[in-house]
Amino acid sequence: MRNQYDEGDVRRFVESLASQIAAAFNPLKPLNVVGIRTRGETLAQRVTDELKSLGFLHIGRGVLDITLYRDDLSEVGPRPMVRPTQINVPIDGIPLLLVDDVLFTGRSIRAALDALSDFGRPSAIELAVLVDRGGRELPIQADFVGLTLKDVPRDHRVNVRLKENDGRDEITVEPKT
Amino acid sequence: MASILIQNGTVLDPSQKLERKADVLLRDGKVAAIGTNLGQADRVIDASGCYVTPGLIDVHVHFREPGDEEEETIASGSASAVAGGFTTVCCMPNTKPPLDNEAQVEFVCRESQRVGLANVYPVGAITKGREGKELAEIGSMHRRGAVAFSDDGVGVNDAAVMRKALQYAKMFDTVLMQHCEEHSLSGGSMHAGLASTTLGLAGIPAEAEQLMIARDLLLNRTIGCRYHVQHISTAWSVELIRQAKRDGQKWVTAEVAPHHLLLTDEHCATYDTNYKMNPPLRTGADVKACIEGVKDGTIDILATDHAPHLSEEKELEFPFAPFGIIGLEPALPLYVKALVEPGHISWMRLIEMMTSRAAAIVKLADKGTLRDGADADVTIIDPNREWTLDIEQFASKSRNCPYQGWTLKGRATHTIVGGDLKWQISH
Amino acid sequence: MSTEAPAVWTRKHLLGLHELSADEIRFILDTADSFKEVSTRSVKKVPALRGRVVVNAFWEDSTRTRTSFQLAAQRLSADTIDFSEKTSSVSKGETLIDTARNIEAMGIDVIVIRHPAAGAAQLLSRTVNCSIVNAGDGAHEHPTQGLLDLYTIRERFGRIEGLKVAIVGDIANSRVARSNLFALTKLGAEVILVGPPTLLPRSFEQLGARVTHDFDSVIGELDVVNMLRVQFERIKTSQFPTVREFTSMYGLTWDRFQRCKRDVFVMHPGPMNRGIEIQSDIADGSQSGILQQVTNGLAVRMAVLYLVTQATSGSDGQR
Repeated sequence: MRNQYDEGDVRRFVESLASQIAAAFNPLKPLNVVGIRTRGETLAQRVTDELKSLGFLHIGRGVLDITLYRDDLSEVGPRPMVRPTQINVPIDGIPLLLVDDVLFTGRSIRAALDALSDFGRPSAIELAVLVDRGGRELPIQADFVGLTLKDVPRDHRVNVRLKENDGRDEITVEPKT
Repeated sequence: MASILIQNGTVLDPSQKLERKADVLLRDGKVAAIGTNLGQADRVIDASGCYVTPGLIDVHVHFREPGDEEEETIASGSASAVAGGFTTVCCMPNTKPPLDNEAQVEFVCRESQRVGLANVYPVGAITKGREGKELAEIGSMHRRGAVAFSDDGVGVNDAAVMRKALQYAKMFDTVLMQHCEEHSLSGGSMHAGLASTTLGLAGIPAEAEQLMIARDLLLNRTIGCRYHVQHISTAWSVELIRQAKRDGQKWVTAEVAPHHLLLTDEHCATYDTNYKMNPPLRTGADVKACIEGVKDGTIDILATDHAPHLSEEKELEFPFAPFGIIGLEPALPLYVKALVEPGHISWMRLIEMMTSRAAAIVKLADKGTLRDGADADVTIIDPNREWTLDIEQFASKSRNCPYQGWTLKGRATHTIVGGDLKWQISH
Repeated sequence: MSTEAPAVWTRKHLLGLHELSADEIRFILDTADSFKEVSTRSVKKVPALRGRVVVNAFWEDSTRTRTSFQLAAQRLSADTIDFSEKTSSVSKGETLIDTARNIEAMGIDVIVIRHPAAGAAQLLSRTVNCSIVNAGDGAHEHPTQGLLDLYTIRERFGRIEGLKVAIVGDIANSRVARSNLFALTKLGAEVILVGPPTLLPRSFEQLGARVTHDFDSVIGELDVVNMLRVQFERIKTSQFPTVREFTSMYGLTWDRFQRCKRDVFVMHPGPMNRGIEIQSDIADGSQSGILQQVTNGLAVRMAVLYLVTQATSGSDGQR
């Protein structure tokens, strides 16, 4: 297991995700792709671009801010700003792909599922993540994974940095300071 | 009582223009001698490095007896007084019931004796019930021992009534002390200015005080009754007094309290009711003007307006809390901080404003002085002693005071009343 | 996409806008955007304050502010308790502090207080441990009203900076005027206060406002006109002679409205005295933001309740 993945690695993971997803869905039918703020949304856009080049014609887009649905609001310290959720496409009866950067305890995804249930009822919800680092605290799994990391110590952070947000593409595993 | 010899101090007696190193002998409740080699005494106090002054006098305190004894009694108030170095205080008549008759004057005098700490003299009300409508029995109260008259808490609002009061009181050569506040301009809870506008609190304009001073000076011009402005607080108020004195009105006197020399209305920003009093804290310019008034003699004496209140009364919303703070125990060092340390006045002048000048206003001839045969009321003061104010240690029953934690310089170390040591500092 | 703003909210109370920085004010307004979105969904609720208790402690009558806060709390999934002067031990002479401590002892998270004495919210924040949100303390401040007014202006114009905003009426006794003044000047608007000298002391100039007693002299330069409610008690204390005279000099009459800028934005904190400080057809017209103010009030109050309850210290969150 490496501690460092560069731009080339990230590109390959995203391409891998896109081809896994393309294999699972019908490109002629509608598909909603919703990213979880903030980097999940960036990835959702990259995945969407890949899917479009693979022939997907009817992709609906949305972005989810899960801050208001977190179950750990009382424990966490002063947090950054909560931003609006934007889901302006109809989601009832249409498959929805949730996209996030790192899957760890699973609590963010639980929050995202709660949030989505206030918007409507997709026919199915599937999850695509760039990195799965294990360490689940809830029975949640990703359907599509770019990179699986095993045995990341709990006192280490998995950081995903993306050009659009951070100026460069990389994935690092670092001890918490 | 035992005789006391105070040795090695610097005697500071403004009434005799005396400032020199000397011993003081007190015997049979009187000042027996000042000098050296004064012989034996039952008790010897070493006053090295200290001033030995006539007992300090505060003509403006509120002891809440009868009526609000939980806040303060004559006993606890006297204890507070001697702990601050005061040997004589005059208590205001806004008790419940108000002090407007002989029987209550008698009560205060007797209670003062019974308690046996500071000398407590009553100030009688000017009008019945302090209602401002009919004159109270000023003559009878004066005979019984009231040293001055005031409706303090409020001013006498009706010009006709005030005029009659001045005429009547003149007959007894007593002094009328006025809480100057034009009632129709009042109703606010702090000074009317930028601070009150920012805080959204109704303000009491400076004119409320100035209007009554101007009115009384005019009413009294041809009467000439002794007239004393209590707790002066605004620049123009000081100027009015200055002009009156220049005009030859020698019966006019004025006092100022420590907070009007040290604090401003900006302190109210936290809505802490320890900064709520009447007259309210004013602006920096007013504080400067009061200090100037002290320097040039426009203001004659210093007085605390010691006003005890229970915590639950003060821990209310700012507009609803009562006015007033206590002040006997920190008074002396606060005056030092405001006036002596910055070099505005000398220790001699400070003590004069707290002794001989005050005694003259309430006509207590044997007090405020250390001449031979005067009452043996003596305060020993260590001018260099540095200490931190701890309100919890106060002898007063109340705790409403904004100076918690202040570092102060100067403190009374011994308070002797009538030849007995009533209080000394615990090291 | 830009990097996330590093600003965070750390205040446990919202007592006024005077002590907030411009950044903090913008933070609340930006947060309110998310909550406005919640109100457009079919399920107008988020679980952010689930399990928390918000108490509306109103010592002064106010149906609209109280229901706005109540709905805001409920949309955050909090439990709400209404407490008004007439139904409590306050009428039996209990002090504010005692009442608040008794409420707090039942285990609550936020007290929203409206009280006739300036400084009441400050007093509570010193004596109880839960969060305090000031819903109006005497003539001092009404911070959520100030915030929703700014939010509405920003929504309409896209900015606050450089706008000329007039606040008209009984300024001296208005907590709405003060909160607006503090926040608007911090965010770069020019505030013009309009009213008779008896209701508008000049010391307001030292707080950064232009002061005028002549409404007509400034009417043509204004981007926003915020009309305050006329309080008839002021006649009894001789602060102006009659309602008629007040309306003729300081009312937003149709004639004055014609002399405003074409796209002038008209606001009012409510409740309105129709025909007195503002003509009905202006209040109901296309240039009136009065209803938006109410809608935005809900979003702003949700944002405020959300922010003060999560402003606690703790470890950082890992997903």
